[in-house]
Amino acid sequence: MIQLQDITKVYPMGKRELEVLRGISLTIEKGELVAIMGPSGSGKSTLLNLIGCLDKPTSGSYYLEGREVSHLSSGELAQIRGQKVGFVFQTFNLLPRLSALANVELGLRYSGRTDSNRAMEALVGVGLSDRANHRPTELSGGEQQRVAIARALVKNPPLILADEPTGNLDSHSGEEIISILTSLHAEQGITLLMVTHDANIAHHCQRIVHLKDGQVVAKEKV
Amino acid sequence: MKKWFEPLANAWAGVATHKLRSFLTILGIVIGVAAVITLMSVGRGAQAEILSNIESMGSDLVTIRSGGSVGFGGVRGAAGSVQTLTMEDAEAIAEQVPYISSVAPSYSSNLQLVVGGENMNASVTGVTPEYMPVNNLEIASGTFLSEYDYQRSMKVVVLGSNVKETLFEGTDPIGQQMRMGGIIVRVIGVLESKEAMMGSPDDAIFIPLTALQQAVAQPRTAQGERIVSSISLTVSDEEQADYVVEEITSLLRTRHRLGPNVDDDFNIISMEEIAETVSEVIGTMTLLLGAIAAISLLVGGIGVMNIMLVSVLERTREIGIRKALGARERDIWGQFLIEAIFLTFAGGIIGVIVGWAVSYLVSSMGLMTTVVTADIVILAVSVSVGIGLFFGFYPAWNASRLNPIEALRAE
Repeated sequence: MIQLQDITKVYPMGKRELEVLRGISLTIEKGELVAIMGPSGSGKSTLLNLIGCLDKPTSGSYYLEGREVSHLSSGELAQIRGQKVGFVFQTFNLLPRLSALANVELGLRYSGRTDSNRAMEALVGVGLSDRANHRPTELSGGEQQRVAIARALVKNPPLILADEPTGNLDSHSGEEIISILTSLHAEQGITLLMVTHDANIAHHCQRIVHLKDGQVVAKEKV
Repeated sequence: MKKWFEPLANAWAGVATHKLRSFLTILGIVIGVAAVITLMSVGRGAQAEILSNIESMGSDLVTIRSGGSVGFGGVRGAAGSVQTLTMEDAEAIAEQVPYISSVAPSYSSNLQLVVGGENMNASVTGVTPEYMPVNNLEIASGTFLSEYDYQRSMKVVVLGSNVKETLFEGTDPIGQQMRMGGIIVRVIGVLESKEAMMGSPDDAIFIPLTALQQAVAQPRTAQGERIVSSISLTVSDEEQADYVVEEITSLLRTRHRLGPNVDDDFNIISMEEIAETVSEVIGTMTLLLGAIAAISLLVGGIGVMNIMLVSVLERTREIGIRKALGARERDIWGQFLIEAIFLTFAGGIIGVIVGWAVSYLVSSMGLMTTVVTADIVILAVSVSVGIGLFFGFYPAWNASRLNPIEALRAE
């Protein structure tokens, strides 16, 4: 599913350069549930963005479903994001002026699919069918994150990337979100990558990848 | 259907979130379009009015006078200072030039008129019966000179409306007699008043040319031809007016024995030509007015660009989200461009309504005639859409080029 070979990412910081990722090699099989852990600044989010095709590596190669994607144009990367990747963010990132349902529909908009019933089905799937017409500001944090999960799932992507999905939630809502994500993985066989600080959450996963200073320091099977 | 509807609904949502701001933004476009519509409609109104004035004199009318060319080309020898046109010229034109329906020669002379205690000097014009239809005159009361009057040199006259008011204040002049030069004439008709641009018939008195010769000796040329002051004629096919003018010119040059290097000793004014010149001049003026008004459209367009830049900045995070969901650069670009066009198009439509209302008010208050034509409306609306395209382009391009990761981090 995902094969990273010696990936580096360097950001120019004024005259100096900031090496965020220094030679990461990592393989993730289809249907795996993997947690990425590490201290702040270890490059977790950058790695997730690269895997999600939001960014390109400075060097190294990245095969997604067997296709080398590290040199694709921004338009081609956008297409891959639209069809293959669902993002779940720490800050939910819903559009405040749209209803929950319209936010989920936005996930379909750029995927090339047009089946409008899917959006409602996805909301039912996360247990929010009765909140379809509420705006994000009228929903609790846990509900907002469930809307965001529905938005990520609505286009049926093979890969879901979650960047600290419980980071802005209380522990109860956090557990709810984790159980939704793990059951999605269990029932639909979706490949799921999750960045987290929380060791308890990480232990719901099959594998934990530890990052430090832009390098993989440990791979641990749970 | 959904494919078209969705971006529009999106644009509407973007506009509706900031109602006051959107309104103020399009106000510049509204005012610009309204100004263009109003000024252009005033220009078109003036054009229509003047053309209908010319039309009322007969746009098929061609008038020939003695003397070098005068009028629009600058003064070259006073018209009529040397009388060169003759009855025989008129007859030759009627016989030899095609596309002419009728020819009316006339001879004018200043004579003293006396009615009871009133007396005045007036220009008395000897005419043939064709004069009335050729010059598009209308009778207010009585009748015009008939063929019979002409053949029998009847001493009857038809008065212009101003002359009638001066000589017969309020009373009915029909059947009244008056002294004209050395002869006594009887009034048989009064003309409808006419706001003509040149040589208004309101101040004229018409008498059969044959009868006039009894009061004034009609002069003759060296060849013995009877001199007339002007020849008016109507063209049967207005399209051929230019050709007719050319034909008459060459015929008269031959008849007057003018050498190739000698200027014409007559001038020909075709109403068709005047109408064309006038409408061209007014058309240019109208365009100029419209162009001045269009400057405010330009200013409005800059306002739209300003707001679109702000809007892109405000929605950086939204752009990041859309990009993360798979939006390509052209999706983002299209979204903001459609929004800009949506704004200016709405402004254009409102502007058309306002401009229409203003020009309706202007004409209904009797200030000026205004004409709103479809082409002005289409022009104004398409220019406002074009402004949206032009001034929306840069902000939309800016939005599309945002880095998705940075955009997602924006507050």
